Amino acid sequence: MRRHLLEAADLDLADATSVLDTAAQIESALAGREVKKLPTLRGRTVVNLFFEDSTRTRISFELAAKRLSADVINFSAKGSSVSKGESLKDTALTLEAMGADGIVVRHGSSGAPHRLATWVQGSVVNAGDGTHEHPTQALLDAYTIRKRLGRLEGVRVVITGDVLHSRVARSNVRLLHTLGAEVTLVAPPTLLPVGVGSWPVEVSYDLDAVLPTADVVMMLRVQAERMNASFFPSAREYSRRYGLDADRMAKLPDDAIVMHPGPMNRGMEIAADVADSPRSTIVEQVGNGVSVRMAVLYLLLGGNA
Amino acid sequence: MTLLLKGVRPYGEDAVDLLVSDGVIAAIGADLSTTAETIDATGLVLLPGLVDLHTHLREPGREDTETVLTGSRAAALGGYTAVHAMANTDPVADTAGVVEQVWRLGHDAGLVDVVPVGAVTVGLAGERLAELGAMADSAARVRVFSDDGKCVSDPALMRRALEYVKALDGVVAQHAEEPRLTVGAQMHEGERSARLGLTGWPAVAEEAIIARDVLLAEHVGARLHVCHVSTAGSVELIRWAKSRGVQVTAEVTPHHLLLTDAQAEGYDATFKVNPPLRTAEDVAALRAGLADGTIDAVATDHAPHAGEDKECEWSAARPGMLGLEQALSVVVDTMVETGLLTWREVADRMSVRPAQIGRLEHQGRPIAVGEPANLVLVDPGARAVVDPAALASKSRNSPYAGRELPARVVHTLLRGELSVLDGKVQK
Repeated sequence: MRRHLLEAADLDLADATSVLDTAAQIESALAGREVKKLPTLRGRTVVNLFFEDSTRTRISFELAAKRLSADVINFSAKGSSVSKGESLKDTALTLEAMGADGIVVRHGSSGAPHRLATWVQGSVVNAGDGTHEHPTQALLDAYTIRKRLGRLEGVRVVITGDVLHSRVARSNVRLLHTLGAEVTLVAPPTLLPVGVGSWPVEVSYDLDAVLPTADVVMMLRVQAERMNASFFPSAREYSRRYGLDADRMAKLPDDAIVMHPGPMNRGMEIAADVADSPRSTIVEQVGNGVSVRMAVLYLLLGGNA
Repeated sequence: MTLLLKGVRPYGEDAVDLLVSDGVIAAIGADLSTTAETIDATGLVLLPGLVDLHTHLREPGREDTETVLTGSRAAALGGYTAVHAMANTDPVADTAGVVEQVWRLGHDAGLVDVVPVGAVTVGLAGERLAELGAMADSAARVRVFSDDGKCVSDPALMRRALEYVKALDGVVAQHAEEPRLTVGAQMHEGERSARLGLTGWPAVAEEAIIARDVLLAEHVGARLHVCHVSTAGSVELIRWAKSRGVQVTAEVTPHHLLLTDAQAEGYDATFKVNPPLRTAEDVAALRAGLADGTIDAVATDHAPHAGEDKECEWSAARPGMLGLEQALSVVVDTMVETGLLTWREVADRMSVRPAQIGRLEHQGRPIAVGEPANLVLVDPGARAVVDPAALASKSRNSPYAGRELPARVVHTLLRGELSVLDGKVQK
């Protein structure tokens, strides 16, 4: 694997498979154990550098690093020197001087982890950058699909929602393609990027038409405020055309699953009874996220301890 | 001062000797001799001094990134004898006082003619006209008016500006960008912006304004100049407007002739610029447009920025890149070595036509006896790798860092005085 995990394209099929296999091994190694901890990263320092609020992703990475026995520092932009005008570069050099082995970064600006990676020696893991990518989310989604359906090759995945602004969608499109899945994006045309034609996906504007042949439906979070910029007329119309409710879910094949990266807008892109149904993997995804992030940190930092 | 240039090749053509005396070309011929200073210029290409329609000198306001003096040095080293200093300073060049200050600083630096551009609207705010007549009548003799960086997007205001400057023999230089289509825009909207997750700056935002403005210019019979044309569609629109007889001129930057949106990979904000770098198809169309004369001029849009405004997140970075010192080399690389322009045409696009657009009487003149000795001598065979640390500009945001480019400016003369001698600026 490369030194950093900045985007899904950093992973070829062998790398991606290795992350998923490692996550599975970690999960079985810890299953049933009273002390859920491995000594692998003892003496290594992982910094969680979060310029955007994201409790769930931060604690997932924090738990992953702690279960590998790394020392973890949480550096949140709010209330720190960053909010007093310190630049990303100065922050990077500060962390570098403190000897961070791994930097997990969440940033509102696309490409910020790429810039950071040019200024530090340690490994950088992208925990979500702007509207670009969120590669560990895609890895945990792939892990969840493989665990539920037993395979990824040839699996038909429908991704529905605000693709234009979604880093989850970008990472999933790339990674699922690498892993041999077939992806269909469904969204109103306003929420698909110009240039989506070059992506290795099918594109549809009609959710009902694609559900009967889907193995996986992944619902993306849609912010109701997007209606203010006329991406769609109203939350109600969005929900009616692109939301997943029980009636729509009934069109899915029997063994198809429903995913959501969270946090959900219940009643907007996904109905509550769908989110809580047996098809839903939403809670499972959270648990899998810790295993997958352990695997990523282990593979990036574990080799040269 | 008298100076004899031996063995120069005017417009890259047959070698001659050229005698400069009292600021003008005194004689051209074979085997001229003089008791005065002689420069062996054997094989160097001689062109009229270059004229830039679009330079940001940053003074007053951001003297940490460039001053009129450092920008003048960069210009002279790039072979320029005149530059138009853009109006987006702090304070904005929207009064006779500010444009006269910039003009005077240029005069004191004495390396190139610094010709201030006046703002179209007060404070570049796009709300009401600045005192265009006062700027035209000032010592700075402003003829080019621009809210560069901000588009005069209000169609009624743009119409009035176009009409009003007719009385001043002026021209409105429009930064064509429909602001409602570029909210938050970071790079060219296309395949790459989709993948990189950067908000797109669609070509149509430029083309829609150009289409509107050429029709307005036609309607009121005014001159329009389009700044930094960046798309194939814009070239087509300008070609169409010219075929209708619209008084429209246009410029293209060196960076839009050479670089594409592929430079955004890696998110190095050195390559963030407005309008953004476009696709290879756009680059080809811009080169073709410059070759056939649809695009009149090469203009640098030289935009110095501090390190901290570039070494940061892409979305936080300021747009713009340096250009003065490499413009000619880029034009040689993209247009001459590709066979698209002769040296005589390079002189036309980088000196003659920009001087005409800016109404500069003593710039962009033919190489002939009695003409002002604003001249540049170029070694066409030299090649060098660009080192930002070696630039005369105060800033370092060159998009050509590490790139090998052809042609070297050896000497530059402003009114018969050497501003650059053997690649070294004289003040």
